[in-house]
Amino acid sequence: MKVKESVQRVCHTLLALYKHGLCKGIVMGCVAFPSFISAQELVLPQDSIIMINLEEVIMISAQKAFNFRKQAKPLSSLDEFLESSKKVAMVKRGGYAWEPTLNNMFSERLSVTIDGMRIFGACTDKMDPITSYVDASNLSKAHIASGQQGAKHGNTIGGAIDLELDKSNFRNTGFRGGVESGFEGNNQQSIIGGELNYSGAKFYADTDIIYRKTENYKAGGDKEVLFSQFTKYNISANLGYKLTDDNAITASFIFDEARDVGYPALPMDVSSAKAIIGSIGYEQDSLGGRLQHWNSKLYMNTITHVMDDTNRPDVAIHMDMPGWSDTYGFFSEARLNGDSNKLMFKVDGYYNRSLAEMTMYPQDPNEKPMFMLTWPDVRTANGAIYVEDELSLKGSSLKIATRIALQNQNVADEFGLNSLRIFYPEMEASKPRFLKSISGQWHKMWMPWHLNAGVSYGDRAPSVTEGYGFYLFNSFDNHDYVGDPRLKNEKSMEVNAKLSYVKPKFNISAEANFFHIPDYIIGVVDPSLSAMTLGADGVKMYKNLSYARLFNTSLDAEYALLPELKWTGDVSYHLGTDNQGANLPFISPLSYRSGVQYDKNTFSVAVKMSGATKQVNYNPEYGEDQTLAYTVFSISIGKTFYMNNDSIMAKVGVENIFDKEYSTYTDWKNIPRMGRNIFLTLTYSIK
Amino acid sequence: MKTIKLILASIILSMGATSCSKEDDSPIIEENPMAQFNMVSQMEANGHTVELYADGEGFTTGYNEIYIRIKDNDRETYFANPKITWTPMMYMQAMMHTGPKSLLGATENNTVLKGYLVFQMAGNEDEYWDLTLNYKVEGTEYTVKKNIDVNHPTDGKQKVTTFTGSDNVKYVLAMVSPQKPKEGLNNMAAVLYKMESMKEFSLVENYTITLDPRMTSMGNHGSPNNKDLTYDATSQMYQGQLSLSMTGYWKLNLKVLNESGELLKGEDVTEENEASSLYFELEF
Repeated sequence: MKVKESVQRVCHTLLALYKHGLCKGIVMGCVAFPSFISAQELVLPQDSIIMINLEEVIMISAQKAFNFRKQAKPLSSLDEFLESSKKVAMVKRGGYAWEPTLNNMFSERLSVTIDGMRIFGACTDKMDPITSYVDASNLSKAHIASGQQGAKHGNTIGGAIDLELDKSNFRNTGFRGGVESGFEGNNQQSIIGGELNYSGAKFYADTDIIYRKTENYKAGGDKEVLFSQFTKYNISANLGYKLTDDNAITASFIFDEARDVGYPALPMDVSSAKAIIGSIGYEQDSLGGRLQHWNSKLYMNTITHVMDDTNRPDVAIHMDMPGWSDTYGFFSEARLNGDSNKLMFKVDGYYNRSLAEMTMYPQDPNEKPMFMLTWPDVRTANGAIYVEDELSLKGSSLKIATRIALQNQNVADEFGLNSLRIFYPEMEASKPRFLKSISGQWHKMWMPWHLNAGVSYGDRAPSVTEGYGFYLFNSFDNHDYVGDPRLKNEKSMEVNAKLSYVKPKFNISAEANFFHIPDYIIGVVDPSLSAMTLGADGVKMYKNLSYARLFNTSLDAEYALLPELKWTGDVSYHLGTDNQGANLPFISPLSYRSGVQYDKNTFSVAVKMSGATKQVNYNPEYGEDQTLAYTVFSISIGKTFYMNNDSIMAKVGVENIFDKEYSTYTDWKNIPRMGRNIFLTLTYSIK
Repeated sequence: MKTIKLILASIILSMGATSCSKEDDSPIIEENPMAQFNMVSQMEANGHTVELYADGEGFTTGYNEIYIRIKDNDRETYFANPKITWTPMMYMQAMMHTGPKSLLGATENNTVLKGYLVFQMAGNEDEYWDLTLNYKVEGTEYTVKKNIDVNHPTDGKQKVTTFTGSDNVKYVLAMVSPQKPKEGLNNMAAVLYKMESMKEFSLVENYTITLDPRMTSMGNHGSPNNKDLTYDATSQMYQGQLSLSMTGYWKLNLKVLNESGELLKGEDVTEENEASSLYFELEF
């Protein structure tokens, strides 16, 4: 029934657009500005930089009309796109706002940026990873870099995820528009979105809007997961104007809001999570001498996150936990291309303000509400320079990169400072830190063999939560967490290697990395402290372990059985231990994926399988229990219909075909994943 | 040379003279030194007005810090360095008794004396407190006595407690500070008195008062880094550290131990025992 409604809704919208004469205008526009999409543009350049960087690029919605056809599920959430990466795993606390992890490391060890802009979530319980404030519909790619290779936009240990906004970039495509609609059976998700873009040699403007609404999803066996609903909408615009042939100004704007978001794995939900993200940029092709591609940006973003538990039954004590995070920043970068080397310089800086509070309402109405600052208005100022050089050596190439940053954190709120001084009476409000990263990555090729190897060193400052969090409840291990501003920087020494065999029809690569992490930051139980949260087992203080070690290895292969039929598969294994040899939490068991994809003209079919073995290396001390083995299957079928210049692309699919009830090692408190889900996507593109 | 010596000598002499003049009994004239306090009682007798000032609006049960000065009604000036002793008395239906009090000592201003009274209970329609002051100004002794209103603090929180210890002695324990609790670490002070008789209380020294603040509305959780109260001879009070990790209602569970560490009153807070029978309360 819902499917039919969605189809009808799309048709109505299209009809309305036609009646409005808008489409006529668009068609006229297309005549005036002949548009084309060259397939060439969409193929990833497999040049040496990519080979050196070992960077993984996930295509999201770049040039939708062309690309959607290739995707198994075009209107999936960004979270689902990221999950398709070989290196990224998503931690789920519900149906929305999954937290990306890279090399089995979480947000605080990663640099997550949007077009190079630093953004910090405003939720003390990690309900709002940065990736939740954008939508797949306005992103073109996600760049995923492992370890110190991700140091371009910020200090990191595990790596970086940079989300690239989808921009027309002065391509001569004229007016383009599109309407898209999707429906998913399992959680009754309806998706409706539209875009209208104009791009010419002098000016471009891209606009996009999308709305998603779901009910609770059902786990395998038709078991409803309560409080897993969400509603989200996202509006974005990108503008560019060429001042001369050589330079241009750009601007981007995103407004994103999620409402009524349930988090079944947590004791609280979110009534509103809102982000306003804006930037203006200046680009210039050359900057005197041999300096080229000068690109600068000024940005700001503001996030308001309102956590509450008013919808939950049987709450002993009601709480409000709003959080705010505002960031102002800039960067400026330029390249210098020499004969045998390519240099890149970047300076960047940001200023972030993170504030979060908690108010608890006693059952006795005559009692005053209980209040505390969980993030005591921490002001982080960070300035850095980044330099990378890519050298062509005889028969090989070498990339070296370094990042030097100065950071200061200041507790601006007196109340919050007094709170922390309960634990650290001598604590100063202000804490400066010096951060550094250096990496070398070497690539050698003996066709068809490639060898990549790298060594690196880097460090990071503690996150606001690790440094300044005050009684933050972690439902995973059922402890309250208190930060320590005196924590030492966490360091990382990393080695990695990748050996690949690349032929047009067949390629296979084996890859491994190893991290030795001195001063690894993690919560350690302090038995002398009494938990604040009702029902919590105790209090953990963030401490530096003398070290921890992480090891990740994977094997992946691709084989084109026929020009239109391709098989892909990968298998990965991970280990993580602390200085006592005990397992770290959230380390993946052996996991595998395999799929076949058939693409011919306007028709495509994809069948996929993914799974993991039983988790052997887990640690109850960190609140973990064993995750069982699972295998799930999915299928999708797509067909594109052309009508004059326009096209309609339809895709239907079934995920978790056999309705398996399962959860993975990243599922917070073992909340089960979605059961069988039938989805339908319709995209109408106007050129 | 001689003239220089002479000048020096006269300078030194004049300095001596000026410093001597500070010792005299002339009242220090300045802007009203009591401007930031509230007058809580005014007693007229003997051609004098005795003025009592406090931080709060009136006398409340518990610890009351009080400033006193005596005005000569004719001259409209305050007496310098008055000698004052005071005695509060509670008239109950069946008996009368006094309450703990400090000596009255000098302040920066020589017309104002400072001390404290501890009221164990509030007055009501049938029972009331009065305060007797014996004072000596300009060589003459006088007495003045007046009924005073003692009320429970407006927030209704317990700031004083009377108990009989396991040594069969009656004690009065009153919280002195924090008067205005704040988030974080607070200096905490209390006074402990032993009831010698209905008419006499004496200061108890060198006991220990243990402190365990709890948030009763939130699972009775505690807070870290509290310090038990120990006797400080300088202030003649028990001093410790109170840690308040959030705002709201806190119950400060107490135990009183004597010099040999024997428990006189109070119990540990455990899973089974939610609170000590000896406690203070505060809310902010």
